[in-house]
Amino acid sequence: MRRTTLDNGLKVLIQEEHTAPLASVWCWYKVGSKDERPGLTGVSHWCEHMNFKGTTNIPRDQVKGIIEEYGGSWNGYTWIDQTTYLETATRDALDRMLFIESERMARCLYHPDDVESERTVIISELQGGENDPDQLLDQELTATAFKAHTYRHPTIGWLSDLQTMTREDLFGYYRRYYVPDNAALVIVGDVDTEATLRRVAHHFGDIDPGGAIERIRTLEPDQTGERRLTIRKEGTTAYLKIGYHAPSASDAEFFPLLVLDAVLTGAKGLNLWSSFRVPPPQRSARLYRALVERGLASNVYGAMMPTEDPFLYTVSATATSGTALATVEAAMLAELDGVARDGVTGAELAKAKSQLRARLVFESDSVTNIAHQLGYFETIGSLDAYTEAPARIAAVTLEQVASAAGRVLAASNRTIGYFDPVPLGASEISKSEV
Amino acid sequence: MLNPTRIQLPNGATLLAKTTTTTPAVAINLGVRAGSASDPAGEPGSAWLLSRVIDRGTSSRSAAELAEALDSRGITLTITVTRHLFTLACRCLADDFEPVLTLLADILTSPSIPDEELAIRKREVVTSIRQDDDSPAVRASEALMELLYPDGHPYGRRTKGSIPIVESLMRDELLALHGARFAPGELTAVIVGDVEMPRIVDAAGRALGGWQRPAPPPLAIPPVAPASARQRMVIPMMNKAQADIAYGFVTIARTDPDYYAFWLMNNVFGQYSIGGRLGDSIRERQGMAYYVSSALDANVAPGPLAIRAGVNPANVDRAVASIDEEIERLVRDGISPKELDDSRKFLVGSIPRALETNAAIATFLQTADFFGLGLDYDARLPDLLRSVTLEQTNAAARRALDTARATVVIAGPYAD
Repeated sequence: MRRTTLDNGLKVLIQEEHTAPLASVWCWYKVGSKDERPGLTGVSHWCEHMNFKGTTNIPRDQVKGIIEEYGGSWNGYTWIDQTTYLETATRDALDRMLFIESERMARCLYHPDDVESERTVIISELQGGENDPDQLLDQELTATAFKAHTYRHPTIGWLSDLQTMTREDLFGYYRRYYVPDNAALVIVGDVDTEATLRRVAHHFGDIDPGGAIERIRTLEPDQTGERRLTIRKEGTTAYLKIGYHAPSASDAEFFPLLVLDAVLTGAKGLNLWSSFRVPPPQRSARLYRALVERGLASNVYGAMMPTEDPFLYTVSATATSGTALATVEAAMLAELDGVARDGVTGAELAKAKSQLRARLVFESDSVTNIAHQLGYFETIGSLDAYTEAPARIAAVTLEQVASAAGRVLAASNRTIGYFDPVPLGASEISKSEV
Repeated sequence: MLNPTRIQLPNGATLLAKTTTTTPAVAINLGVRAGSASDPAGEPGSAWLLSRVIDRGTSSRSAAELAEALDSRGITLTITVTRHLFTLACRCLADDFEPVLTLLADILTSPSIPDEELAIRKREVVTSIRQDDDSPAVRASEALMELLYPDGHPYGRRTKGSIPIVESLMRDELLALHGARFAPGELTAVIVGDVEMPRIVDAAGRALGGWQRPAPPPLAIPPVAPASARQRMVIPMMNKAQADIAYGFVTIARTDPDYYAFWLMNNVFGQYSIGGRLGDSIRERQGMAYYVSSALDANVAPGPLAIRAGVNPANVDRAVASIDEEIERLVRDGISPKELDDSRKFLVGSIPRALETNAAIATFLQTADFFGLGLDYDARLPDLLRSVTLEQTNAAARRALDTARATVVIAGPYAD
C-alpha cells in the first residue's frame, strides 16, 4: 500500500489488487456530526446529499449515469467522525471516478431548489428511522449517555434544525470542510500505482488547501452515576439497550474490548461497511446463552465500534413476547457485572481471537471493502489500528481483557435504556439520573 | 468467465463448484428446493420455523456441540427461506473447509429438532412476527403479496406464518416436512473458494454422497389470475412517523422468453441510478421520499413487480398519483433509445462487480442452477441483454403495467 500526501495536503492511499478487473475509489472527509454546533445538527449529512446534485463541470442532469455507464455503483455515508463517497466500477472508469471526486471536493453547486427538495427527503429519512423502535432507542440512549460531547446528537440531526437550516448554512459548511487538507483519497483495485498517482495529481493538484479548521474541543466528562431512560410509545415489542462509555480506536484498551465484545456477543470484525451487516458467530457467546438460550430475548447484539473520540460500547436485546424488560435487564447485568468482576477464560479468549481472525479475512474480500477500511481508519487517525489489527488482536492477554472489562463495565459508567411499548395512548420519553 | 464444475452425485445431489484464489476463504451454499411454497396446507410458516431449528441438534451432535463447532471457527450459518429454496449458507476459512462441509451436511440431512430447542425458537419467531406487525414497510409488502396472490396461494402467504400456527407446530410436523421435501435430488451444493477441485469433489462426496431418500413429488403451484380491477388497501398505523407504499402487479415467470425485456424495462422504470424514472420523479424532482424503487421478482410461477416507497403521510396521495403518472407515461410513450442503452450498458458493465466475491458467485450459480440457465450463463448474459429491442422493452411495459389494474397498499399514519 502506498501512502503519500500532495502539496495541497490531500492524503492519497493506493493499494493494487489484481484479483478482478475493478477499481474502487473512496474520498473521505474528516467531518461528521461531531463537528456540528447547536442549530446545525444534521448539516454534515445534508451536505452529503447536496454533493450528489451536480457540479460546475457535471451538470445536474448528467449526474445520473456518469458512473453507471461503466457498470459502476456509487454511494456515500455520513457518521459521527466522517463523511465519505465511493464509486466501484471496472478499472477503465478510474479516471472518471477521480474526476467525479475532484469535482465533488471543489465545485458542488448547492442550487436553492435542490436544497429545498432535499430538505423533505432528509426529513422523510428521519421519520423512516423513527418508525424503527430500536433505532429510536439507540438515538435516545446516545443523547442521554453524552451530555457534553457532540456525539450526543444523531447524525441525521434534530427535526427543528432540518426545518430551519438555510442554503448558506449548508454551503458555508461545505466550503469549510471540503478541502484537500481535510480529506483522504483511497484507490484500491486493478490499477498501477504510479500511473494512478499521476492522474490523482492531475485532478486534485490544483485545488487550494483550506488551512487549519477550528474543531469543537468539548470532551465528555466522566460519568458519575448510572443513567436511565424509558421510551413509552405504541408498539408491539420491548427493547433493552445498555451503553458504556468506551475508549477510542487509538486507545490501548480498544482491542481488549473488541475481544471482550466477541466473548459477550460474538465477533463482528472492524468493517462497518460490510461486517456489521453479517450476523456474528455468537451461539456460544455469554450474553446469547444468558438471554436467547433461556428464552428471554429473541436476539442480542453488541457494538464496539472504532471511533476517533471515546464513544459507547452498547449491548442490545429484543425481549421475547411476554418477558418483562426488568427480567432481561437483570440477566444481562448479571453477565456484564460478572465479566467486569472476573474477566474471561483462556478458552473464551482463544475462541474470540480465532473468530476475529476469520472475520478480518471475510471483511476484506472485495476492492470496495478493502478501500473502505483504509479510508475509515485513516480518517479517524488510526491507520495503524487497521494495518496492525491481526497482530494487536493476537497480542491481547487475559489480564488486559479483565482490566478493560472492570473499568468500562462499571455501573457508574452505564446508561440503561428501555423501549417499553404501550398498546394505545399517549407516548412519552422520560429520563432520570440515578 | 466462471466456467464452474457441475457434478451429479450417484444419490442425485448436484455439486456446483468453482475454485478462486482471491481470499483464503470459501463460500458454501446448500440449497434445497423446499421453500415456503412447500409448507403443508393450513400450516404456513412451517419451512420458516424449520429453518430456525434445523441447526439446533442432529442425530449425532447436540445444539451445544454445533454452536461450539461453528463459533470456534468464526462461522455464521445463515439459513434463508424463499418461496422455493431453503438454503444453508456460510463463509469459512479455506483451512476449515472439510469439517465445515461435514457439519453443514449433518445439519441438512439429520436434524433432530429437540423439543426444548423448538420451544425457544418458537418464542423467537413469535417475537419476530410481532416486530413485523409493527413495521409499516413489512405490513405494506406482505399485504400487497396477499392481494396479488389471494386464496392461500403460496406466493401470497407470510413466510413466517401466523402466531397461532407457529405456536401450534410440533416437532413431528417439522420432521415430517423435512422427510417429505428434503432429498438429495432436490439439493444443489454450491462451493466457491480457495480450495482445489479434487478436494471439493472428494469432500462433497463424503459429506453428501451417503444421503439416500426418494425424490418428493413435484410441487404444484396454482395458477394466478392477474387483478382485473384496481384495488387499494390502507393499514392505519397511527404510532408511526412515515407511511410506506407498496404498489404492484403480477408479471411473468423466470422462464418467460420476455424476461430480459422485463428486466431492462424495470431497470429504466424503477432501478437505474437512484430508482430510475420513479426516483427521478418522486425523490429527485418532488423530494417526497427517502426511498422509492421497483423490483421484479420473476419466479417459477409468474412473480410480482413491486414498487415501494417511504413517504411523509401528507404526501401519500401525491406519491401514489406520481406512480400512476409514471406508469401511464411509460405505457403510452415507451422509453427512449438512450434510456434503454444506458440501462443495458449498466447491467452488462456491472457483471464483473456482481461476481467479485465468493459469496456473490455462489448466489449467482445457485440461482442459475435453480432456473436451469446453464453453466455458461454468466458468459451468455451480456448478449441476452444486448439482444433486447426497444419495441420488446415497451411491449413488456404494456404487458406488465396498467394503473387500472394496480394493487395499492398504504401502511402508516394515514387513513382514508
